[in-house]
Amino acid sequence: MVENAVHIENEKVRKALFELSDPEIPVLSIMDMGIIRGVEINGDKINIKLTPTYSGCPAMDTIATDIKLALDNLGFITDVDLVLSPAWSTDWITERGRQKLEEYGIAAPLEESMDKRALLHGERLVKCTRCGSTNTKMISQFGSTACKALFQCDDCLEPFDYFKCLK
Amino acid sequence: MKDQLYEYILMLGDNAMILGHRLSELCGHGPNLETDIALTNISLDLYGQVRSYFQYAAELKGGDATEDSIAFLREEREYRNVLLVEQANTDFAYVIGRQFLFDAFHLPLLEQLCNSADTQIQAIAQKSIKEIRYHHRFSSEWVKRLGGGTAESHTRMQEALNHLYPYTKELFTETEIEAAMRDNGKGADLALVKAAFDASVESVCNAVGLTLPEQMRNYDKGKYGIHSEHMGFMLSQLQYMQRAYPNMQW
Repeated sequence: MVENAVHIENEKVRKALFELSDPEIPVLSIMDMGIIRGVEINGDKINIKLTPTYSGCPAMDTIATDIKLALDNLGFITDVDLVLSPAWSTDWITERGRQKLEEYGIAAPLEESMDKRALLHGERLVKCTRCGSTNTKMISQFGSTACKALFQCDDCLEPFDYFKCLK
Repeated sequence: MKDQLYEYILMLGDNAMILGHRLSELCGHGPNLETDIALTNISLDLYGQVRSYFQYAAELKGGDATEDSIAFLREEREYRNVLLVEQANTDFAYVIGRQFLFDAFHLPLLEQLCNSADTQIQAIAQKSIKEIRYHHRFSSEWVKRLGGGTAESHTRMQEALNHLYPYTKELFTETEIEAAMRDNGKGADLALVKAAFDASVESVCNAVGLTLPEQMRNYDKGKYGIHSEHMGFMLSQLQYMQRAYPNMQW
């Protein structure tokens, strides 16, 4: 966990960024997602460093525009830079982010070796977000977005997304 | 020197773009929903990588070059992709075979580029390799499933390999630009990439009794801009909007 990696002094800016979310996962703030790498305030200018989860994530442009709009509204001249290095991993998702994912119905990523066992060897390790059973199986290696795989619970039969571990 | 780096970036980006385009043609046409989604997700990953490469290329080129002008406004002869990625979506075994052979090359290539002396190539490789690992896993499993499935699926997978494998010779035929990039530590050493490629392709094929044809093709001029007849058709579709409405934006 790389928690609170970015420290933001300006309370208004902090609040505004926490209110923005990935349009594909509306419950998860971009801060909890761990995709904000830097916030630099210089007078009325503000520079945000944003990193993509997956390179082709179609939400990236929308997120950058949302950040610009929100901070421009606070009276800043906003600049958003895309940074690639160090590459994002699911370790950047905060503990609160993981909880929000689960509440929303997306199983949070397992630790790497467990993730491999679940995705590659069909072991029943991912917890159903509805009933909590681990009697679950993978339906599809790729889910509704690049970052997720599709699972189903064999106890309550609920189909759900699993956020894949990305290292 | 800067020109060589620019051309090298184009080689990396064009392979991802043309393969990404081929996969995007399958959107809504996959054999089942899960595979359809998987193939288009792979396409999306490749397009994401292309954007990173072409943004960098635009920076190197300077002037009014943008990622879009590089992607959409070059002539056919200026594209540097290998012929393998242009090959058609003949049937599902071809789609999987093409993906598998490319992934088996792409993965060890990026492993080396993760240590490139060029920091931007290094950053793109470190980002992309996680996605490519997943692609490689997906395509390897499908080769095994088709190769070890019914007599029909085995025959089709074998036919696809017979057609596609000979194109892999080009992947490892080093151009002057690739040699220069290997020497200055920015690019990959294709001999090492080939060793890893051979090992992974052989292990997957041996596991399900698929054989690799010995006869290789001498069509290896894709990196020099000499393409197969597929390329023109693909570019006319890819470039249509920018050609019809220059500088249009979404």
